[in-house]
Formats: sequence, C-alpha cells, structure tokens
Amino acid sequence: MPDEAKVEEPSVIETIAVKVDGKQVAVPKLTPDWQGKLVPTTVLQACKHAGIEIPHYCYHPKLPVAGNCRMCLVHVGMPGRPGPDGKPPMNEDGSLKIDPMVLPYERGTPKGVIGCATNLIPGMEIYASSPETKEMREAVLESLLINHPLDCTICDQAGECKLQEYSMEHGQAESQFAEQKVHKPKAVDLGPRIVLDAERCVLCTRCIRFSADIAGDDALGIVNRGSYNSIATFPGAPFDNNYTLNTADICPVGALTSKDFRFQMRVWFLKETNSLCTGCATGCNTVIGSRENKMYRQEPRENDAVNGPWMCDSGRLDYKWIGSEKRLSKLNGATDWTTILAEITTNLEKAAVTSVAIIASARQTNEELFLLKKLADKFEAITDSVPRNGEGDHLLVNADKNPNSNGARLIGIAGETLGANLPAIAEGIENGTIKSLIVFGEDVTQHGISAALLEKLDLLIVSDIFANATTARAHYLLPGCAYAEKRGTFTNVKGQVQKFMKALDAPGNARAEWEFLHELVENVTGQNGFSTIEGLFNQMAGEVDAFKAKELNWAALGDDGVTVEI
Amino acid sequence: MPQEYKLLLKHADADGYSNDLECYERHGGYAALRQALTIAPAGDNTPQAQLRKRVLDSGLRGRGGAGFSCGLKWSFVRHPNPKPVYLICNADESEPGTFKDRQIIYKDPHQLIEGMIISCWANHVNLAYIYIRGEFTEGAKILNTALAEARAKGYLGKDILGSGHDLEIHVHRGAGAYICGEETGLIESLEGKRAYPRIKPPYFPAALGLYMCPTIVNNVETLCNVKHIVEMGAEAFTKLGTPNNTGTRLVSLSGDVKNPGYFEIETGKVTLGELIHDENFGGGLREGRMLQAVIPGGSSSKVLKAGEIFKLGEEEIALLDVPYDFDTLMKIGTMSGSGAIIVIDDSRDIVECLANLAEFYAHESCGQCTPCREGSLWMNKALHRMTHGEGRAEDADYLKHIAQNIQGRTICAFGEACAWPVLSFVEKFRDEFEAKAK
Ligand SMILES: Cc1cc2nc3c(=O)[nH]c(=O)nc-3n(C[C@H](O)[C@H](O)[C@H](O)COP(=O)(O)O)c2cc1C
Ligand code: SF4
Ligand code: SF4
Ligand code: SF4
Ligand code: FES
Repeated sequence: MPDEAKVEEPSVIETIAVKVDGKQVAVPKLTPDWQGKLVPTTVLQACKHAGIEIPHYCYHPKLPVAGNCRMCLVHVGMPGRPGPDGKPPMNEDGSLKIDPMVLPYERGTPKGVIGCATNLIPGMEIYASSPETKEMREAVLESLLINHPLDCTICDQAGECKLQEYSMEHGQAESQFAEQKVHKPKAVDLGPRIVLDAERCVLCTRCIRFSADIAGDDALGIVNRGSYNSIATFPGAPFDNNYTLNTADICPVGALTSKDFRFQMRVWFLKETNSLCTGCATGCNTVIGSRENKMYRQEPRENDAVNGPWMCDSGRLDYKWIGSEKRLSKLNGATDWTTILAEITTNLEKAAVTSVAIIASARQTNEELFLLKKLADKFEAITDSVPRNGEGDHLLVNADKNPNSNGARLIGIAGETLGANLPAIAEGIENGTIKSLIVFGEDVTQHGISAALLEKLDLLIVSDIFANATTARAHYLLPGCAYAEKRGTFTNVKGQVQKFMKALDAPGNARAEWEFLHELVENVTGQNGFSTIEGLFNQMAGEVDAFKAKELNWAALGDDGVTVEI
Repeated sequence: MPQEYKLLLKHADADGYSNDLECYERHGGYAALRQALTIAPAGDNTPQAQLRKRVLDSGLRGRGGAGFSCGLKWSFVRHPNPKPVYLICNADESEPGTFKDRQIIYKDPHQLIEGMIISCWANHVNLAYIYIRGEFTEGAKILNTALAEARAKGYLGKDILGSGHDLEIHVHRGAGAYICGEETGLIESLEGKRAYPRIKPPYFPAALGLYMCPTIVNNVETLCNVKHIVEMGAEAFTKLGTPNNTGTRLVSLSGDVKNPGYFEIETGKVTLGELIHDENFGGGLREGRMLQAVIPGGSSSKVLKAGEIFKLGEEEIALLDVPYDFDTLMKIGTMSGSGAIIVIDDSRDIVECLANLAEFYAHESCGQCTPCREGSLWMNKALHRMTHGEGRAEDADYLKHIAQNIQGRTICAFGEACAWPVLSFVEKFRDEFEAKAK
C-alpha cells in the first residue's frame, strides 16, 4: 500500500456523544478515511460503532467518498443555530435542544442527510431506524429498481448482491412503476478480464474511483446523461491494468463480473478458505473459493498491514496450474511414503558431514524451510534458495517474486542475497566434495547447476509439483503440494509472518512437504519434532531469533499475521 | 404607470451604443474601477475589506437563482488565505425562460468585466474565469475581444492601473449542459471533468472550490451590480427597490403575452400583474385569452395559478398584485429564481406544459445521484404517457410520490428544480391531471 495509507494512532481517543436510535453512545471523534488519515467521524461510522449498519452502495471505506447513491440517507436531529448570545437553543431542563431536520422550504417534511458524508455534531441524534429514515431508504431502493432488469435468477452476483440484500431488508414489497424500463447494453467487454452489464449497474462509481484513485488508471468513466448513464471506457482503450478484477469485488451488484469466474459456480456453493497469494513477496491475503476439491477463484481478503482490500490481477488468476493434469502425483523410487523415506534415511545416514547441499525454494513455507535447515545443520550442509526477480509497481506488486525470501533469510537457508551460494554448490559437485543434493521446488538446471553436474551426484533427492530437468534426474522424487493444498506460513517483504490454510486435497500421492520433511528430520536427526503444523510453528518460533523476539505462536498470528524484524 | 428602471441596461440598447471599449469608456466606463482601486485604508480596514463591506451593506442578492446575499457569500472566504482565491462568473444562463445575462454579454461586455475586476480586487483574486454557455459562441468571441481590449489598456494583467494587483480573466465555454450552471458542476467542468455537482458538505466553493481552493461563483448580473454599487454607493443602492430586495432586476418575460422580452425593474416596485399586462411590459394576453398560470422565476420555480389569493400574515394578496421581488415570492411558496416569468394562458393544456418541462429535466439530469437520475425520467415517462391518452386516475398521486422521493434527497438543487414544477402543477391543477384518466 502507498505510504499515506498508514493509519495514524491518536494518542488519546477523544469521543463525541451522540444518540443513535435513542441510545446514548460515545464514538471516536476521528476515524481513518480511505487513505488512513484521521478525519471527523461520520454518521454512518458512528452508527457502525453503535452496532447499526446503515445500508450503502457508493461508500467504501477504502475509496474517496462520492455521496451519490443516497442509500445511506438517515433522518437526524440537530442542535439549533446559536442565538445572539452565542448559545444554542436549550430545553427547559437546561439540556441542548435538538430539532429533527426538516426541509427548509417545507417545514412539515423530514429531511435526511447522507450518513457517508455527514460529520457528527455534538448532541446530534441519529434516527437510524425511524419510519422517516425507512421511508427514505425505500424510496431510493424503489428508484434503483425501476429500471433494473430484475433478472436475479440468472445473475452471477446472486447471493453477494447488495441490491438483492437491501431490497429484502429495506425495500417495499411493490413498486408503483408503470412505465417502460430503460434498456442499456449487456455483456459489454470492458477489457480482457471484466464484463459489464449496464442494466444492473447502480452507477455508484466505485469502479471509477478505484481505477482512478487506487490503481492510478483513469480508465473508466460515465457516458450519456441522467437515467441513460452508463459506465464506459474510452474508445479503443480497454480497461486493462493489473488491478481490474478488484472492481468486480467492490461492485455492489452484478454489473461488473470477472470473465474468469462468471457463470462458473453459484457463490453459495463455494467453500471459503483463508489463504495467501504466492505471486510475489507482498503476500496479499486471499480467500480461496472451492468446491469438490476444485478451486474456482481467489479473492483479496482485507489486511491493512499488507494489501488493504485489494490484490493484483496476475496474482489472482495465477491458480489454474493447481488443478493441472500434469501435476506430479506419484512417488518415484519406491511405492509408498514410508518405504521411500526409510530408503532416503538410510542413504543420507551414509553421507559424510559437509558432503550434502540443500537448495530450497523461497516459495516454500517457513516451516518447510525450518525443517530443511534442521537437516542442513545435521550435515553442516551448504544451503541456498533461488532468487526470482521481476518488476514491481506503485501499489502492491513487489519486484521479488518469491513469497518467502525473508523466511529463507531469517531461518538461515539463504543469505541476504538469494542464490549467492549456488556457484559454490556447483563447484562442490564439480570437484566431488558435494555428493548428495536435496532440491525443493526449483529446477536447478536453470540456475547454474547443469544436468551434467546433477548426473555426477551419488544422491539426488527432489521434491516438486511439476516435472522438469531436475526432477527427471532425481533418485528419489517426492511429489509436493501447491499452497492451496497445505497449511503454513510465509514471511513477506515487510516481515509480516502470515499463515494460510488448506483448501484442497493434493492429487494422488502428493503430500504436504512439512509432513514428510518432519518424518525425514525425525528419522535422520533422531530429534522428536512436532507432527502438527501448530506445534511445528511454535517450535520454530522458539528457535528462530526474529520469531523469538516477537514471541510468535500460531494462534497469535491470527488472520492478519504479525510483523517481525527483518 | 410602472416604468422600467435602467441601471444595468442603461446603455445596452441605446442607439449607437457598441460593445467596444472606446464606447464603454465614452459612457463613463472603468471609472468605478479607478475609484475602487484608490480607496484609502481606513484604520484596520483594508480597501478590499471596505469594498466587501459596501457590497454587504448594499443588500445585493445573487441573481443566479437562489437570491443569496452576495456580501455574505464573499465573507465566507478567509483573508489572507494560504491558497489562491478564484472568482468565477457564471454565464451559463440555461434556466428555461431566462435570457437576461446574454443581453449584457453581447451588448455591454465591459460592464461585466469591470464588475468582475472590482470583485476580484475586493476578494484578492488574481485569476478569474467566465464560464459561458456553450451555445453562446458569439458571446464568447465578444468577451474575448473585450478582455483583450481591457488587457491592452492595463485594466487586466500585471499591476492593474498601478495598483500592484495582478489579474487575469479567462473565458471557458461550456459544452451544452444545464447542469454546468450549478456552481459545483460548473467547477468540475472547468477542471476538465464531467459536470457532476459536488456534495456539500464538504465541498462548499468558498472553502473547497476550483482546484480545492476558495472560490466565489457569481452570476453575470450580480457581478455587474458590484460596479454600480461602487459607483453610486451602497446607501444609494439600497434606495433602489424595496427593503431586503435592493437594486434592480432583469426580468425575462416569455410565453403567452403580446410583448415578450427582457425588462429591468426596481426590485419589488412592479407587480406580476403589471409585468404581464402593462404596455411598458408584457402588454397583456392575446385577444380573447385568459390567464391560466404563471411560472414566476424560471422553469424550476413553483407554478402559480391564475386567481390564486395568498395569505401574507394578516393580509391577503392576489396573484397579480404580488410585487416582483425575492421575499414576497418566497412567502407565497415559490421563488423569483433567475427572474424569468413564463406566462401560460388558457389555450394551453397544463399537463402538456408540465410534460414539456419534465422532458427538459429528464434530458438534463446529470444522473449522478439516484433519486434525480431515476425520478426525472420516471416523471417524464409518466407525463408523456398521460399526454398520449394513457392517463390513469391515480396518476396525480403517482407523480407526487415520485417528486417527493426526489426533493431534499439529492446532491444538488436540480432535485428541487425538477420536483417542484411537478409538485406544484399537480397540487394546483389536480383536476386537469385527473381528467387525463382514460
Ligand atoms: C441546476 C442548476 C442550474 C443553474 N444554472 C445557473 C445558471 O445557468 N446561471 C447562474 O448564474 N446560476 C445558475 N445556478 C445557480 C448557481 O448554482 C449559483 O447559485 C449561482 O451562480 C450563484 O450566483 P449568485 O449568487 O450571483 O446568484 C444553477 C443552479 C442549479 C441548481
Ligand atoms: S459497475 Fe458496479 S461499481 Fe461500477 S458504478 Fe456500476 S454498480 Fe458501481
Ligand atoms: S501483489 Fe503480489 S502477492 Fe499481491 S496479488 Fe499480486 S502477485 Fe499476489
Ligand atoms: S440532483 Fe440531479 S443533477 Fe444534481 S447531482 Fe443529482 S442527478 Fe445530478
Ligand atoms: S453511501 Fe452512497 S450516498 Fe452515502
């Protein structure tokens, strides 16, 4: 996130007293705005503090306020204007006189304010659930629905649609609308990943504001006027930045949909699992949607310390490989895990100290790297992992394409510069000092350790999820898991240690790396480790300095993770 | 017999008067500016503060529609201000029935420019804009020529007439939308964006206007008056018109009168009846016709029905006796708005009249906020259904329901502008609406 997104902490939280639905509540005077800057608390936020949700479409806590949908209209009471003595009008009992707001030109009619853009005033009364407020909401909903196609049964948003939800909660049973509806374009191709149904759009401009103010791409706008308004791109300029799919997330209705996901699955069938994107060192928090062991989508999960509510398109769509037919699912070298691990143990036990090298992957979890480090310690093995550099951007994408480079550094698998030891390992194999090599998740032939060198080894143990030139030469090949198929933690670019959960079962004989590594380490070192991920994490937290300093434990990581010193 | 009182239009239509600088100066032009620039500081009061006080004391009210005190509006801008202060002349003149600002722009542009320069000086403005309606292509040319003349003479540019004050004025042409006349829509448009009005709060122009800087938006006629206030003094200005309704007003009279046109009157010194019937003004209705209705302040104001009697405190006042001012029109439930009076005689189908207005508003709603976006077209469709033989008994209430869902719930006053005609027509001519039932 940009720097200005950092939330300032007020030293003392000043509060302001208001009444919400007759109940006196004290709410913070200031609340972070979309950029995290502390600004006066609004009526909508005050109601939230009081546990009352004001329905809204255009308001989004991480976007500039637009105030256009009017769904958040609420009737309020205000103190009167100060008189000549500078004092506001008082009741007989000496309390502040509060008058329900009325239209200035029609004093018998209540007047609402928009909750999303109206700041609290001391003494204010918010009639969040009054008949007056309800009537205003119903009217806005009625207006939104008169030209809506009402085709919820075939709409992809069904189940996640705010229009559907609010109509149930706040709508009238029936509209009086007796005219012809406005027809607008349907299935408009806005860009390579987003489709627009203009008839379903409520013109809240969330998508426009996201693109312009967050993604920094002024790609979307509104064409036509009045009821014919429609979201559009500039002619010949498709909506195609690396963040477009976020607009489908924040679109409160079914107007913007992801081409990747639309019509794939009714959302209520999806199982949701907290996960992380492994596309780069940012480690955006995600939720995986899956059903019957098939992954249908991943969406950003809000974490202000990492990605806010957003993620990039390339990260989001980088999951198709998980269910690929080409995944490694068979053991090679033996028929079952017990046998293969026993054989590997026997072979490793014969290896001399310093004759073993380990090349791990910075795409592996902290736990896996920690277990590999245990093996390395046993053999005083030289270790490293492979760097993966690309381009970063102004918002989320990091130039380091490994999700766990910092984990590899902190655990001691790699030094400050990933890959610095690779030439030494190549040389060791070449001159015969290194006879056994353990490789996880990398095709080392791409990184300076040629196939010819691999052929020279006495023992090559490889774990991966796809076949490559390294796996082809393995004496033992151990099929591993995609991140969605296991649990674990990564340490992101800022040192945020975050965990992810298992959404899918691995194919065939593939097995979570930490599980079989745990067995292998136990076999080889004789040390008794923990056989649960929680126990393993907590053990690691007690041994890795940076984790120890923060007294990390699995439970304390929570959903958002904890930052450690890097 | 009531007469016109020509203050702003003193010269515009005079024989031989042209819109160039030489002619303007020959008629005393830019003397007020010289006078304003030479005001001496009085104690703690800067010349600028004194000028602003004069405008406040003159009682000048905005001529763009809302009739808000000009001096009070100016006082909302803090001085000295850490940000640049901008002034914008609203020359979008798009309210149906209104054709007054263009008289000045086309025939006497230097009057406006002088009024603007004085106002800019008074408010520490170094950069000002004239936002002119897109259709006024010739008007934009005339203004640009006049500005060039003024620049050449040192009325604009660096160090105006040796005052040490710098000022530049630019003309910006709109692209044909009524909503560009709404001051915050105008500001967005001037910034190069779609004219979506801003939410207020927080975007009050006096604090967060053009480029988020303090901005004063005034109508053409309002700014012209500033020049006259300087020239004649605030005291003398208050003697024109009636208390709290000072100065003159440019009235655009249209519809079913014999002599439609624009007139300048002392505010409140002429009645609606006189404006419609007097020889000096509308000259009466066409032969054999009776008055049916009057829209008194541009299409957005609430309609008045022929024969209506209003209660003003203890007194009763008949429609035709209503003095044309700000306050009385407000008290009788409508407004003088942009000073445009539209007269409707009994040959008109009142539902068709409203359908015509509704079509305008449906076409001009910017569509930003839900109630107006959907409601304006909804009302238009309903009214056109009714005028096409498909009326229903419940339509009067139906229209009222739609309009009530709009007023007071929108981002800008367009919501009222489109709801008020409907609410007032339906209320006052309910029978006509019910008669449309199949
Ligand atoms: C829909 C709408 C259209 C408007 N159009 C105009 C216009 O064309 N010209 C104008 O001077 N004011 C117009 N106004 C009023 C302006 O918003 C603003 O109040 C005015 O320019 C202020 O100037 P004044 O204080 O000198 O009257 C319009 C207001 C609304 C709500
Ligand atoms: S497409 Fe969705 S997000 Fe964009 S304006 Fe329409 S409803 Fe709002
Ligand atoms: S920024 Fe990085 S971690 Fe975030 S979604 Fe994109 S690739 Fe994944
Ligand atoms: S009231 Fe109408 S014109 Fe004004 S912002 Fe809303 S939609 Fe636009
Ligand atoms: S949430 Fe849309 S106006 Fe407040």
